[in-house]
Amino acid sequence: MNIPVGINRILIIIKGKKMIDTLEMLKIFKNHRGNSVVIPGRGGKHWVTLTDNQSRDVPLGDPAMGGHASYAFGLALAIPNETVVLFDSEGDLLMNTGALATIADLAPKNFYHFLLDNECYATTGGQPVPNAQKVDYTGLAKSMGYGSTYFIDNLEDFDQKIAEILNQEGPVFIHLKINPEIENVPINQRVRWQNRTWDQVLSDIKSELSVK
Amino acid sequence: MSNEGSLSPESVLSQLKSNNITHVVWLPDSETNWLYLLMKNEPSIELVPVSREGQAFSVAAGLATGGKKPVILIQNTGLLESGDSLRGWGIGLKTPVVMMIGYRGWTRHGKNAFHDVAKFTEPFLIAMGINYYLVENDGDIDRITYAFEEADENKKPVAVLVGDEYSSWN
Repeated sequence: MNIPVGINRILIIIKGKKMIDTLEMLKIFKNHRGNSVVIPGRGGKHWVTLTDNQSRDVPLGDPAMGGHASYAFGLALAIPNETVVLFDSEGDLLMNTGALATIADLAPKNFYHFLLDNECYATTGGQPVPNAQKVDYTGLAKSMGYGSTYFIDNLEDFDQKIAEILNQEGPVFIHLKINPEIENVPINQRVRWQNRTWDQVLSDIKSELSVK
Repeated sequence: MSNEGSLSPESVLSQLKSNNITHVVWLPDSETNWLYLLMKNEPSIELVPVSREGQAFSVAAGLATGGKKPVILIQNTGLLESGDSLRGWGIGLKTPVVMMIGYRGWTRHGKNAFHDVAKFTEPFLIAMGINYYLVENDGDIDRITYAFEEADENKKPVAVLVGDEYSSWN
């Protein structure tokens, strides 16, 4: 079958799968967020509509793809008395899987690493990531040295396990299978979801954390 | 200025300590072992090993967001790999970080042919708009402090090119 690259192909790939809606997942997470510092990554477009503690959010979008895990890890190291929650993506992580080894090496106890895995590059039209359906990210994190890992592919399980996840010592890795939200609109016609500039985001979080 | 003929790891560590560095984010090259051994025994500095140099910029940006003062220690080969990370996490987020870069292929007599990465290093930094200081021996060591001061003042990465390929480290 000649499947065109793009949204049609992705819809065929996910047909029959039970996956998580990111917005609904974040609504549940919000109830458990507490006072944690949240780096929403590619979940940012939903998180900015849900959050009620914006000054403790770090929605940077995509300063340079592949760096979210290392950035959030660095922040977690810097503020060991604060809980740091990252919503990473599989496309980002595949660019720098070695970051997992560094994170597991220093093992910040305050770090919770959620991976949003939609099996594709959604913002570029939905092309599959390499070996999209077969990569075992939980196994990868575990073999890199994360002490605690989860694989969750439905909202009910997420709702049931989120308290347990956040109540244990980090670093914890949580692989979430999510529905792709593919963007095919040309870049210059897309509406920005960011409601603060990078400067504002960093100024706000530093002020919140009382750091220079 | 104990010895202007070579660059000692003790002098470098002293500079890091006097500039209140909290974390060294690094990926070693073959001749940095003496500095590694010193840093490992320095309680005021935490070592953060990365497995690819581009990760160093995002780790440093996170540390800086949380109020820490990291330094990046990589080789010029890895710098070239790090271009997009330097752009986004370093320059884009205005991360005031010094990157100490082993200047592989450099000699005092010009760029050495034994490794071609030297000829790309300074043009790369210039293209990225990154100012840099060359440190070849202990007589140049104060330039490390100048780099830290400039990074803090301008809120952007500054490079120190460590051009002592054959002596104590690098």
